Amino acid sequence: MTRGSKEVASFAEAVAGIEDGATIGFGGFAMPGVPFNLMQALQHTGAKHLTCVANTTGGAAQPRMPDIGHLVERGMVRKVICAFTAATRASDELPFTKYYEAGEVEAELVPQGTLAERLRAAGAGIPAFYTPTAVGTELAEGRETRVFAGREYLLEAALPLDYAFIRAHRADAAGNLRFRRSQRNFNPVMAMAARVAIVEVENAIEPTGSFDPDDIHLAGIFVHRLVVIPPAPDGIWPQLREPKR
Amino acid sequence: MSGLNRQQMADAIAHRFQDGWIVNLGVGIPTMCSNTPISADIIYHSENGVIGYGPLAAPGAEDMHLVNAGGQHVTLKPEAAVVHHADSFAIIRSGRIDVTVMGAYEVAANGDFANWKVAGAKGGGIGGAMDLAACAKRVFIILEHTQRNGAPRLLAHCALPITARGVVKLVATNYGLFEPAGAGFNLIEIAPGITVEQIRAATGAPVHVPDTLKTISA
Repeated sequence: MTRGSKEVASFAEAVAGIEDGATIGFGGFAMPGVPFNLMQALQHTGAKHLTCVANTTGGAAQPRMPDIGHLVERGMVRKVICAFTAATRASDELPFTKYYEAGEVEAELVPQGTLAERLRAAGAGIPAFYTPTAVGTELAEGRETRVFAGREYLLEAALPLDYAFIRAHRADAAGNLRFRRSQRNFNPVMAMAARVAIVEVENAIEPTGSFDPDDIHLAGIFVHRLVVIPPAPDGIWPQLREPKR
Repeated sequence: MSGLNRQQMADAIAHRFQDGWIVNLGVGIPTMCSNTPISADIIYHSENGVIGYGPLAAPGAEDMHLVNAGGQHVTLKPEAAVVHHADSFAIIRSGRIDVTVMGAYEVAANGDFANWKVAGAKGGGIGGAMDLAACAKRVFIILEHTQRNGAPRLLAHCALPITARGVVKLVATNYGLFEPAGAGFNLIEIAPGITVEQIRAATGAPVHVPDTLKTISA
């Protein structure tokens, strides 16, 4: 018996059916692994009141790539959950910032490792965990802590997603994924935390069974929709830029 | 007076790295530690799961799938490995990072430091700083000794919201190397051309000076 391929024909089809109020996680760190094409397609849906989960709301670099800031500008976002709600360098301004300062969108600022682990926990059936991160800081004020072996830890809840938008290097029709280099980053935990994981793929979808099972980075059972990224300019690919030092 | 330049501040820190250390370098001046020629064999770890990265990629040789935590295109050493984000922070949280080197707005004599939120801002940029600060074996800080208006960044207590409490072991500024010592800072080494009087005037906490003070070879 052969199961059907998870491939869909377009980005619009890949992001179809996102409900108002959905929580969506976006993989990626800097340029590698960001689902630029799915994020752009989402802008053209009517989805509203979204909660967006990602490392950052978008970079300060130019040229500007599709990011959560664009969704905020379109009034689609109720809340963001990110490790950056301001730029890494205080002198840079994120497009998101003025909407946040004006109170038009909510934000929950989460340390990056706590964000990754909250997603991992959601994907692993763990409702909450204790971490030493952020103990003694403003982020821990009024929250539950507990001492283990003489050290204080902060209670953090799992962060389940309705949808994950991720980007992979290769996929087979069953949704088994391979990532390349630092493209992997948040993508596996985003997919595992989600009810529906949607993947933009950099190469043509390969027949099921093309990969050695030992060489799969994310099992296809966590993956629901695949869409192939066409060459530029139809598809969006990472741009080379000179990062500020 | 200025003292050390940015690379020299990074050098002063990198010379403290020991053979076999796993090191995480923060955005900005800390990334320059990997330019310092040192004999110690270091494994560089980046929050995005790249373990064992090497120098920046040469122009034209960038790999679009490969960046460090600052978004810079780097190269990989033969021992390199890539893990996902949750595993990358498992490495951090489980105490396997020997030293994390970060920038900061303020550092205090009690070992607190602040680097994620500026005065008056609603948002902040934490990134991996709180995880690294809470869990690395050592936290080293590199920062300019004063703000642009001359106000001190080395203080008795941080005025800004802190990143972690009581964790800083070593501080490099353009004026020298310092160790938070509770009520004040121990001056470990001084930058060439800088005097103890200048440092004391520019520091917001007592500065303890050893009997024999070494000058940083810049």
